[in-house]
Amino acid sequence: MKSRYLRPMRDVAENMYSAHNRTLIELARRNEKIVSCYADFPPGEVGEVFSKEFPDRIIDVGIAEGHLITCAAGLADAGLIPFTHCHALFSLGRGYNQIRQNVAYDQRNVKIVLCNAGVIWGGIGPSHLALEDIAALRVVPKLVILSPADAVSSEKATLAAADYVGPVILRLPAIGANYPTLYTPDLKFEIGKAICVHEGNDVTILATGILVHDALVVAERLVKDGIRARVLDIHTIKPLDEKAILAAARETGAIVTVEDASILGGLGGAVAEVTSEKCPVVIRRVGVQDQFGESGTSEEIKECYGLTAPFIKKAVQESLRVKRSKAAPTKPSARRGKKR
Amino acid sequence: MNKEELVRELQAKAKKLRRGSLWVMKEMGMGWLGGSFSSADFVTALFFYRMRHDPKRPQWPERDRLIISKGHSCEVFYAALAEAGYISAEDLKTYSHCGSRLQTHVDCRTPGIDCSGGSLGLGLSFAVGTATGAYIQPTGENLKAAVRNRESRFRVYCILGDGECNEGQVWEAAANAFHYRLDNLTAIVDHNKFQSTGPVGIKLNMLSLAEKFKAFGWETKEIDGNNLHEVVDTLDWAVTVKGKPQAIIAHTIKGKGFPSLENTNCHFVKITDDLLKKALAALAD
Repeated sequence: MKSRYLRPMRDVAENMYSAHNRTLIELARRNEKIVSCYADFPPGEVGEVFSKEFPDRIIDVGIAEGHLITCAAGLADAGLIPFTHCHALFSLGRGYNQIRQNVAYDQRNVKIVLCNAGVIWGGIGPSHLALEDIAALRVVPKLVILSPADAVSSEKATLAAADYVGPVILRLPAIGANYPTLYTPDLKFEIGKAICVHEGNDVTILATGILVHDALVVAERLVKDGIRARVLDIHTIKPLDEKAILAAARETGAIVTVEDASILGGLGGAVAEVTSEKCPVVIRRVGVQDQFGESGTSEEIKECYGLTAPFIKKAVQESLRVKRSKAAPTKPSARRGKKR
Repeated sequence: MNKEELVRELQAKAKKLRRGSLWVMKEMGMGWLGGSFSSADFVTALFFYRMRHDPKRPQWPERDRLIISKGHSCEVFYAALAEAGYISAEDLKTYSHCGSRLQTHVDCRTPGIDCSGGSLGLGLSFAVGTATGAYIQPTGENLKAAVRNRESRFRVYCILGDGECNEGQVWEAAANAFHYRLDNLTAIVDHNKFQSTGPVGIKLNMLSLAEKFKAFGWETKEIDGNNLHEVVDTLDWAVTVKGKPQAIIAHTIKGKGFPSLENTNCHFVKITDDLLKKALAALAD
């Protein structure tokens, strides 16, 4: 059922990193265990407030991302709740072994914030674009991976991460950009429970991160064509909401996944794993297609990698065409004549 | 107890741990004999003299931490944990078998082990985090001031291999430790001169490890790491240092205590019945 926490108008653009930072400040004020850690990364609002109110709880280790992750595991061992912040790609690229060994395997209460996650940031080029973040981290056991869609869910995901005892990955998009706000401030956010943002039974769009908004725009446009698309905000990549995904597969018979990362092993891969074994349906995956990133504005990047509304719409239409052709009765005579 | 008695007692215990670690190795048929034996003396001094810990409360938040960054030579630690009472003699017999609390590299699932090892170069970073955390308290001073003005809640010891110091992250952590002036952190490098496939300086010439730690701002001492007089004195010195982390470059002998393997690259060796017999004889009281 459609979430009752959707804003009627999506006319406010807010910064998700700011929302996260404001929440972190609130958390730090009521929980003395919260520590915010950086590898020479801009701390935003946190910098000023922490420096004044709790200066020993903001830590910058310099440009040493691998060390940042392991050091945070040590802080957790000392009883604290560290949030680490640096470029998504360097957290997972320079810190992969550290995330796996020191954080996930040892089940440390560390919250790793992937700043500038996904491909859409663009601004700073291929060396910094984390196309692999979902795929690379999804295979690490015992990690929770959150990928909020707007400022409100960014705030709620930060709160949920702090409440959860154990390692959490929090994906945030370009930290300097504003994105449309989808949810009302009273949003109920539950780790592992997808949010339905548009109802329908013809096809399902499973989207994550800032592309949930684009998926929603497509679903609203499709209504005029007589197509009712269900849109689910998959804000938790792991543990995946298999129940909602399988219900969508059963009830709509066609799925389009939408993500700002590589479809290989990403959300598209994850959904295909679940449905192929438990309820095989037509799937089309919108995301980065086994490519590296590129410099460009966010809009250019979205266009370049086929992540804009028209591409999502095309994928939906194609999935529906395949679904319908499968539903049509096959002619036994036509099949008999075919050579194996 | 005077110091002579203490050292004599620790020497006997170190011998016992070497023997105990042989039985652990025997369980797998292979063992990190060289590294277990080279580090056995300062491991003994840490467990049974210097560290504040309580085997009945392995998760006691205020316990001193021992971060074993060279996570492979685990046998000597398992022998020490059994001797201290963290684990039982029965536990030792499960070593390396599926489902055991005793994995083939030190592992958090073992009571008394604070950080899983095996992937080299990570332990000092973990120790820096834990040592930093030991100074963080609810009210606000910046961290450097906190280190000057407060008592640390506990001390952190980190055992590194000399070959392990090839890893770049060791030096990221070293820089960080000085930056925050973590005087509650002591690193002990087991400088036994051999790494997995050859002599340390020949695999990669790192020049002097002591000079490196000094250059990173650490209070540094080079000692005979198999001489318990020196080990005890140096551990006592470390707790008196203010405002700086301390590095102890412990010059040790790979395989120390089993003369036929001493100073050879006995890194990971097959534990035959014959070897076991001879080594136990060499280590008899």
